[in-house]
Amino acid sequence: MHTVIQALILGVLTGGVYALMASGQTIIFGVMKVVNLAQGALVIAGAYLSYSLFTSLGLDPFLSILVTTPALFGVGAGLQWLFLRPLREEDRAELSLLVTFAVALGIEGVLSVTYKTNYRTIQAGYADRSFTVGGYQISAVRLYAFLLSAALLGLLYLLLQRTKFGRAVRATVQNPESAQLLGVNSRIVAAAGFGIGAATAAAAGAVYGLLYSFNSGSHYDLISRLLSIVVLGGLGSIGGSIVGALVMGVVASLVAALGPPIWSDFSFFIVLLAVLLLRPRGLFGASLRGAL
Amino acid sequence: MSRAGVIRALLFFGVLTALPFAVTAHWIVNLGVFTLIYAGLASAWNLVGGLAGYPSLGHAAFFGAGAYAEAIYFQHRDAGANGLMPFLVLPIVGAGVAVLGLAVGWIAMRTRSDVFAIVTITLLFVAQTLAFNLNSLTGGSQGIGMPPAPFDVDTYERPFYLVLVLLLAVSMGVTWAALHSGAGLSLQAVAADEERARGIGVHVTGVKLLAFAVSVGIAGMIGGVWAYYVSFIYPQFAVDPLITIGMVLMAYLGGRGTLWGPVLGAFVLVPAQQYLAYQYGATQLYLIAYAAVFLLIMLLLPRGILPSLSHLLRRRHAATGRSPDETTQDPADAASTEAGTVAEEMAR
Repeated sequence: MHTVIQALILGVLTGGVYALMASGQTIIFGVMKVVNLAQGALVIAGAYLSYSLFTSLGLDPFLSILVTTPALFGVGAGLQWLFLRPLREEDRAELSLLVTFAVALGIEGVLSVTYKTNYRTIQAGYADRSFTVGGYQISAVRLYAFLLSAALLGLLYLLLQRTKFGRAVRATVQNPESAQLLGVNSRIVAAAGFGIGAATAAAAGAVYGLLYSFNSGSHYDLISRLLSIVVLGGLGSIGGSIVGALVMGVVASLVAALGPPIWSDFSFFIVLLAVLLLRPRGLFGASLRGAL
Repeated sequence: MSRAGVIRALLFFGVLTALPFAVTAHWIVNLGVFTLIYAGLASAWNLVGGLAGYPSLGHAAFFGAGAYAEAIYFQHRDAGANGLMPFLVLPIVGAGVAVLGLAVGWIAMRTRSDVFAIVTITLLFVAQTLAFNLNSLTGGSQGIGMPPAPFDVDTYERPFYLVLVLLLAVSMGVTWAALHSGAGLSLQAVAADEERARGIGVHVTGVKLLAFAVSVGIAGMIGGVWAYYVSFIYPQFAVDPLITIGMVLMAYLGGRGTLWGPVLGAFVLVPAQQYLAYQYGATQLYLIAYAAVFLLIMLLLPRGILPSLSHLLRRRHAATGRSPDETTQDPADAASTEAGTVAEEMAR
């Protein structure tokens, strides 16, 4: 029982970080109906940026996101403007997969050339610290990472629900044509939506670099998890992607604690298969699609 | 098949078969082997991704399954005195991979377009993780080695090359049949509007599963030949996202849904790809170059060479050869020049 609860705690904490990455993915899908296969590569790019700021300036990763999120917002908006905007509406869904895959390869290439391919970790001073609550170990980094993710998700919620820009985004998600008729500049919203998605990747990347060792090829591993999560949650629903991330985090950590560790990697896919068999539209896809 | 079509196919495969007998330089035949691998893969992918409209990003998993099947065969038997046994087991490898494809497709094909692409690409990553972790079967990251084939050193590549020509012919033959048969019509109906196709009584599920199984079966056989050829396989090369993306890109470049497009795409891109890998392979710069080529193709030629070419020729002919009021007619009957007809037929 102790192992199970310990695994649950770990799973929820990890799931929170994935929720942040997946919600960025979901916003991008929402505003453009584009599945961004470069989301994992953007997370790794964010991790490397924080790594550089940490090793050269000694900037704490949690502070460095103040620099890296605006930087990746710019990168994301730029990528959208350069490569996705020109695609024609009717074949955007399929071509955008290939285009974002190419972008992921390009980012991987740039990172490999800049940082070589050996594994890195951000070794913060508090990396090994942990709290003990009622007999359960809680690693400080994981807790901070979870809290940061939760705070950023809260900010994202406020941005989408309480600001004029957020209303424009939600209107674009629901019906791009009507939004445009009502005076929303959908091209700007699409670019900004992509930018926000990339900015969440930057924040998640800083945390990812603290928790795991990574190299330029790590995005393949990330993207398969992120895709499982968004399909599980139902494409286009932020609430769904958060639930999906928590479910995946908990399942993976339970499997790792109780079964042979290699199966932890597959638990993502097995859950995904089960969901596809039972509910092909994902957990929340049918009810919340188009609602963000 | 039209007479021009028969002649074109005979000419193409005649020249292709003759090449390794006319040219013996190792690097050219080696380049030919890799071009044929990708031409066959792109053509097989086209059955699902082009004709049925299901953009699979997981085909490299089945390529890898075929490669490992071949490697595992070698752990129980050797290549035989003439080295042909590994080729003769290919149909069994293909059938096995096709059955695997049926099972995967049965689940994955409940989803469509972008979600289908996501599910299949996730499958690819899972297959790679499996290859890394099922040590007893795949040797894990150590990989599996096979003894080199007992072929004459001077013409070592030739047998592989010829088997790949045969597999390309199979793949293109199936594509041709799919474009000209009842089952093919059903497949195109699935691509155009699956619900309506189901409504008018097309066996949607059966047809698309069949296409998927045949497609991945061919990919598996090509994987088998590849494994025997390179004689040492590792998870990161046998189940490689770059292989998936290569075949998809080639099909897009040439024109997906067409008979010749994917093959044309492979003949253009593989030499470029090999050049980039040789030139920049050590520094990872090739990834950037590859991504750049990729993005350029997607932005400049989203419909592919053959469809764009036939469109262009038709328009050109319509503009010069007919009176203005006739140019507004269906451009299809405006194409009567030699070039226009060829491009159009190839695009079909």
